[in-house]
Amino acid sequence: MAIHEKSLIAPEDLMTADKLVIDGVDVSGHWNTMIKPRYVSDYDPDFCKVIQSYGGGENVHRCWQCGSCTNSCTVYAINADFNPRYWIYLVNLGLQAELLKDKDIIWQCVSCNKCTNICPKDVRPEGVMKALQHWLEDAGHVPKSSSTKFDEEFTRQCFERGRIEDTEVIMNFFKQTGQDVVELVKQGWLGIMLARMNHLPLLRDGRIGAFLARLPLLGPLKMGWAMLFKPRTKSWGRTGEVLRQYVEEQKRLHHG
Amino acid sequence: MAKVAYYPGCALEGSGGPYDRSTRALVDALDLEMVNLQDWNCCGAMEVKNIHPMLQTYMSARNMAIASEKMGFDTVMAPCNGCYHNLKKAEYECATSAETMQTVQELASKAGDPVYKGNVRTIHLLEWLMEEIGADGIKQRIRKNLNGIKIANYYGCMYTRPRQIFPEKDQGPGSESSHKPHFMDDLLAAAGAVNIDFPLKTACCGGAHTLSDSDTSTQLVLNLLQAAEEAGAEVIATECPTCHSGLEMHQIRAETRFGIKTGVKILYFTQLLGLALGLSARKLAIHENISDSLDFLHEKGVI
Repeated sequence: MAIHEKSLIAPEDLMTADKLVIDGVDVSGHWNTMIKPRYVSDYDPDFCKVIQSYGGGENVHRCWQCGSCTNSCTVYAINADFNPRYWIYLVNLGLQAELLKDKDIIWQCVSCNKCTNICPKDVRPEGVMKALQHWLEDAGHVPKSSSTKFDEEFTRQCFERGRIEDTEVIMNFFKQTGQDVVELVKQGWLGIMLARMNHLPLLRDGRIGAFLARLPLLGPLKMGWAMLFKPRTKSWGRTGEVLRQYVEEQKRLHHG
Repeated sequence: MAKVAYYPGCALEGSGGPYDRSTRALVDALDLEMVNLQDWNCCGAMEVKNIHPMLQTYMSARNMAIASEKMGFDTVMAPCNGCYHNLKKAEYECATSAETMQTVQELASKAGDPVYKGNVRTIHLLEWLMEEIGADGIKQRIRKNLNGIKIANYYGCMYTRPRQIFPEKDQGPGSESSHKPHFMDDLLAAAGAVNIDFPLKTACCGGAHTLSDSDTSTQLVLNLLQAAEEAGAEVIATECPTCHSGLEMHQIRAETRFGIKTGVKILYFTQLLGLALGLSARKLAIHENISDSLDFLHEKGVI
C-alpha cells in the first residue's frame, strides 16, 4: 500500500558487496545492492486511536496513502525528511519507534493547509501534524517546542482578556524561550527592523525634512498605549474560565 | 446593501495598524457603510487551535453571534486573512456538524455569551469591495492612476485554503477562485497597476512560525521576494497583516543574517487602492510600514 521513497530505506538496511560474481557475471558494487528483509514485531494496533483522541487527528484512519499531502507540503519542499504521508502511514500501522526517528521536526508544520486542501479523503493532515506534536509532548518524547510555548502564551492572554496584545506575546515568548531581547536588538535584524520602523537612519543622514515626512506618530503611540492599557473584551466575563474548563475536561476525558 | 459589521481583529489593532487605517480610509472614500463589531474578541489566530480546536471554533463563533444577536447584522467583514479564515471555518464546522454546533451553543449559555445560530456570513474585505463596487466601479472613481506600477499580488494561505470552508468560491464567472485567486488583481488593474504573472500567489510565508522557527520563515519569504523580483514586480501587494509583517521582517532578516538583499516594496492592497482614489500617503499610513516605499511611489508619480 505504501509508496516507499528511497530516502526512507535506512542505510543500515542496505547491503552492497564490493566484489561479487554470480554465474560468471561480475555484479560488483551497486549491481548487487539488496534491501535486508525486516521483521517488525513492536507495533501498536491501538496507536491510531491515541492520535485520533487529540484534536485534529480524528480522521487519520481514513488515509489511503495517495501522497498528495507530502507532494503539496511547504515544509517538504525545503526538507525531504518532513513527510506527512509517511507519518500518517506509521500511525495507522502503529509503528511508534519508526515515527520517533522524526520526532524533532514534526512541530515545524507551518499550517499552510495545502495538504488539507488537496486530500481526497478529508484526513486533514494539518490537524494530524498538530495531534502528533501534542502526543509527542504529552508522552515525554520531546520537550515543548518553541511553537507550543508561543501557542500557550497566546492562549493564556485570550483566556484572560479575550484579546491579545502582540508586543506582550512577543516579549513573553522571548522570555520563555530564553532569548535576550536586548541582545537580539543589538546583534542585528531586530535592531535594524526597529530602526527602519522609526526611520532613524534618515535622521542620522541629516535629512530632517525627509525624516519628518516619514515619522510614524500614531503607530508607535498606539502600540505603547496598548502595552500600558491592555486590550480587553469587556463582555468577556466568565468566557475565559468556561473555555479553560472545557479544555481540561476534554483532556481528562481522553487522556486521563 | 448588506449590513456589515467590521471585525478588525488583534493584529490590525497592533502591528497591522497601517492595514486598519488604510481600510477605514478606503471604505470612507468609497462611501461604503460599516459599523465596528461591538466588543469583539480574538478569533484564536493560528495559535489557539493548537491548544484545542474547539477554542478557535468557539471564539470565532462568538464574534458572529455578537453581530447577529447584539447588533442585528447578517454580515461580518474581516480584512485579516487569519480572522476571515477562522470565522469561515467556524461557520463551516457548525454547519456540517450538529455536535460542534451543540457544543458551541452549550459553551455560550454556560458563559452567558450571545448564542451563535448560524445565520451570519463572513466575508473578506476583498470580497466586499468586489460585491459592492467591483473593478468597473473602481475604474470610475480613480483620481490618480497607479501609472503601471508592476505588482505581484500575494494572497497567502488563509484566504483560499482549505477550499472546503469557502463554499462561495469556485462558482464560475464573477466568483473568487480558490486555485488562482484574482480579486486583488482585478481591483488593482482597474486602478492602473500592471499585474505581473506571479506563480506564488498562494504560497506560504511561514507566518505561523515567524518567531518560533525564523530560519524556515526567512527561507519561505525569500522564495516569495525573489520570485516576485524575477517576474518583474516592483511591489508585492498584501491582504493579510501576518503575511505583510512576515514579508517586511524577513526581508530585513534575510539581508542581515544571510546577506541576501531584495528591493521589492511591500504594501497593503488597501494602501495602493487608496492612493488611486486620491488619498494621501499619510492618511493611508504608508509612512508607518517598515518597508519604506515613499521614494519609490514618489518616483512613480503616485504621491
